[in-house]
Amino acid sequence: MSLPLFLEQTLNGVQLGVMLFLMSAGLTLVFGIMNLINLAHGALYMLGAFIAATVADKSGSFLLGAVVAVVATAAIGALLEVALLRRFYHRSHLDQVLVTFGLILVFNQVTQLIWGAVPMRFNLPDAVAGSIELFPGMNYPVFRLVILGVGLVVGLLLYVMIMRTRIGMWVRAGASNRAMASAIGVNVEMVFIGVFAAGAALAGLAGLMAGPILAVQVGMGEPVLILALVVTVIGGIGSINGALVAAIMIGLIDTFGRVLLSPALGSMVIFLAMAVILAWKPKGLFPVHG
Amino acid sequence: MADLAPTPNRRDWFAILLLLAVLAVVPPIAEAVGQPFAIKVASRVVVFAIAAVGLNLVLGFGGMVSLLHAGLFGVGGYVIGILAWHDFNGEALHLGPIAYAGTGNLLISLPLAVLVSAGAAALMGVVSLRTNGAYFIMITLAFNQMLYYLGVALQKYGGEDGLQIQGDLSLAGLDPSKRLVYFYVSLAALAVVMVLVQRLVGSRFGMVLRATAQNERRVKALGIPPTRYRLTAFALSGGIAGLAGALMASGQQFISPADMSWVRSGDLVVMCVLGGLTTVWGPVLGAALFLLLELGLSSLTNAWQLPFGLIVIGMAVWLHDGLIGAIRRWVQS
Amino acid sequence: MSAPLLETRNLIRRFGGLVATGDVSLSVLPGETHALIGPNGAGKTTLIAQLQGELPPSSGQIFFHGQDITALPSHRRALMGLARSFQITSVLPDFTALENVRLAVQARQGHSFRFWRQAGADRPLNAEAAEALERCGLADRLHVLAGLLSHGERRQLELAMALAMRPALLLLDEPMAGMGKQDGIRMTRLLAELKSDYAMLLVEHDMEAVFSLADRLSVLVQGRLIATGSVEEIRANPAVQAAYLGHG
Repeated sequence: MSLPLFLEQTLNGVQLGVMLFLMSAGLTLVFGIMNLINLAHGALYMLGAFIAATVADKSGSFLLGAVVAVVATAAIGALLEVALLRRFYHRSHLDQVLVTFGLILVFNQVTQLIWGAVPMRFNLPDAVAGSIELFPGMNYPVFRLVILGVGLVVGLLLYVMIMRTRIGMWVRAGASNRAMASAIGVNVEMVFIGVFAAGAALAGLAGLMAGPILAVQVGMGEPVLILALVVTVIGGIGSINGALVAAIMIGLIDTFGRVLLSPALGSMVIFLAMAVILAWKPKGLFPVHG
Repeated sequence: MADLAPTPNRRDWFAILLLLAVLAVVPPIAEAVGQPFAIKVASRVVVFAIAAVGLNLVLGFGGMVSLLHAGLFGVGGYVIGILAWHDFNGEALHLGPIAYAGTGNLLISLPLAVLVSAGAAALMGVVSLRTNGAYFIMITLAFNQMLYYLGVALQKYGGEDGLQIQGDLSLAGLDPSKRLVYFYVSLAALAVVMVLVQRLVGSRFGMVLRATAQNERRVKALGIPPTRYRLTAFALSGGIAGLAGALMASGQQFISPADMSWVRSGDLVVMCVLGGLTTVWGPVLGAALFLLLELGLSSLTNAWQLPFGLIVIGMAVWLHDGLIGAIRRWVQS
Repeated sequence: MSAPLLETRNLIRRFGGLVATGDVSLSVLPGETHALIGPNGAGKTTLIAQLQGELPPSSGQIFFHGQDITALPSHRRALMGLARSFQITSVLPDFTALENVRLAVQARQGHSFRFWRQAGADRPLNAEAAEALERCGLADRLHVLAGLLSHGERRQLELAMALAMRPALLLLDEPMAGMGKQDGIRMTRLLAELKSDYAMLLVEHDMEAVFSLADRLSVLVQGRLIATGSVEEIRANPAVQAAYLGHG
C-alpha cells in the first residue's frame, strides 16, 4: 500500500470513526442512564439524512437543511421518549428489543411512504463539492474533511460537556449509578428527555453528513446501527471514553479491512475483533457498571 | 406422605398433537379446494415454527434474548447448499487436509447441517455467554451480522445473490423439491423437535436451564455452574435453527444471505413472543400467526410493515404474555 | 479442641477506599452454631458473600474442611457442603416449592446433563425434596409456586433448599429478616431443631433468637471483629456493649 493511499484510508477510517462516535454516543448514554436498548437509533440517522436532503433541495441551502435536520431529529427523539420509550426503562430487555424493533419497521415504512423506495440524491453545495491536494499526489474530497472536522468538533464538545460540566456530571452520575441521579436532586425526567433528544440529534447529524457520501435510502440506518452497537459493546456500555476509542478503532478496522480484503470480509473482521475483545474483556474496554 | 404427582403437562402434549394434526390436514384440504399455494405457505409456517421452537428453548426457557438465530438458520441452509454444489459441480470441498466430494443425500447433509450450526452456536455462545443482559443481545446481533457477511463473502457460492441448488437432493428416495414431500418431511421434523424439547424442559437439564433464567445467583449457590447448561442449550437451540434452515434450503432449492439478516432474527423473536414464551408449542402458533399476518397485511397494502410494526409495538406495550396469553385472559374473564 | 470446619485468616475486602472486611480471622467449629452479630453496615453480608464465593476477598484466606477454598467458585463450595440462605429471599418464583427444593437435591446428586427422563416423575428425587420441605414445615405447600408463598414461607423454603444440599455448614444470612413475631418464633424453633444436625454460621438481628441458639458469638463492627466468645462472655464484654449492645 502506497503512502498516499495509506494516508487517505487512515483519514477515511478516522472519519468513519467520528461518525460512529456520534451514533454510539446516544446509544451508550441512553443505555447507561436509562437502561434502554434502542435498536431504533438507526432510524434517526436515516431521518436526519432524508430531512436534510429534502430541505437542502427545496431551499438550496445545505446549511439550512443540516440545521433543520438536527432540530427535527432532536424533536423526534424527545417525542419518542415522552410518548413511548420512557415506559420501557424498567421493562425487560426483551420488551425493549420488541418495541424498538417495531419502531424500525414503522419508521422505515413511513419514510418509504413519504420519500419513496428509490434512493434520494443529496447534492453537495459547490463550496465543498471538490477535492483538494492534501499532500503531493494525494487529493482528498473537501466534504470528507468537513465531516471529519465537524465530527471532531462535536465529539470534542460532547466529551468536554460530559467530562467537565455540571450537566455532564449529572449524566455521568446517572450512567454509573442510576439511583444517584435522582438522589442528588437532578430533575431526572428532564435529563432523560434531554439525553434522548441529544442522542437523536447526534444520530441525525451523522446521518445527514453520511447522506452525500452514501445513498440516502430506506434502511440505511441499520448497518450503521449495528456498527454503533459493536462500538458501544467494545467501549463498555455507558462509557463515553470507551465509545470514542472504540469508534475510531472500528472506523479504522472497517476501512482497512475493506481495502485490504473484500468489503464483505472486511465487515467480518470487525465482528471478529469484537469477539476477541469481549473474550478478553466481557464488559468492554472501559466498563462502567460493576 | 404428601402428594408427589408431577406437574401435569397433559395440556401441553394435547396442544402439540392438535397443532400437528391441524397442520397435517392442510395439504389435502388445500388441494381439495384448489388452493395449492396454501401448501407453500404452510411449509413456510412449519419451517419457521421449527426455528422458533428452537429459539424459544433459549429465549423462553433459558431467558437469553438471542438475535443470532437467523444466522444459524442460514448456516444450516448453506451446509445443504454447499454440499450439493460440490456434488453437482464434481469439485471436492477442501477443508484443510480433508477433501469431501459433497453430497445431495439429505440423510448425510441434514445431520451435518444440524451439527455445523450447533457447533457454530457453541462457538459464538462461548463468547456471548461470558456476558449477559444487554451485552448478550448486542453481541448475538453482531455475530448474526458476521454470519450474514460471511454469506455475502462466499462469492463461489453466489455471494450476495444467494446459492441456487442445482443438483438433485434426495431424502431416502424422496425428492424434497416436491411440494408435499417438503411439507411432510418438515412437519415430521417439527414433530420430532417439539417432542424432544417438551421432554427436555421437564428433564433435570431443563429444570436447571429454567432455574438459571429465574435466578442465576440462587442456582450458583446451590452448587450448579450455570454457564455450561446455558451453552449446551444454546448449541441445541442453534442446531434446531440450523435444521429449519436446512429444510428450507432443501425444499426451496435456494439459500441466500437475505435469509440470515438480523431483521429475520428479530422476526423469530416476535414469533416466539406472539405465541407465548412459556410453552414449547406457543412459538408454533406464533410462527403461523406471524406469517399469516404478514401475508394478510401485504395483500391489503404494500405498506404492510406499518401496521405490522404497530402491532409489534402494541404487543410490547400491553401484552407481556403474547397474543395467546391475551386470548387466555379474555376467555377466562 | 477439634479442627475448625470453616476458618478465615486475615480476610480483607476493600471497596475503593472503604474497608468492608478488615482483617477478619474467624472460625466455626464442627457442630457449632456460631452467630455473627453487629450493627447495620458492619459488613456481615459482605463477609458471608466472601465465604460463599460470590465476592473475592482483597486478601486473606478461607479454609473449609481444612482445604483452602479462597479461589474456588461458589458452586464448587456449595458442592463441598457450604449452603447459604440469602438475606433477601432468593427463591425461584416460577417453580413450585417442591421444584425449588428438587433443584437443590438434583445439584447435590451430580451433574444435570440428563435430557429425557422427567424430573417430576423421578420418585426418589421428589421424595427427598418433599422430606426437606416437611422438615421445614411446608408439607402442605409442595405444589404452590414459590412466588405465591408468603414471606415467612419463602424463608422456610430457603432453609429447605439449604438442607436439601445436605450441607456441612449452613450460612444463614438473617433467616428471620422481615418476619412477624409468630413466624420468627416458628423459625427459631426450627433452627433449634436443626442445631443438633448442622454446623451453622448465623447472621441475625433478633438478639433473643441469637442468644437462645448460639454456642459462640462473634461481633463485627465496621468490618472488624471486636470479640468472639460464649453468650455470657459477649454480654459481659465492655467493648461490645459500647460498640453495639449499648445502641440496641
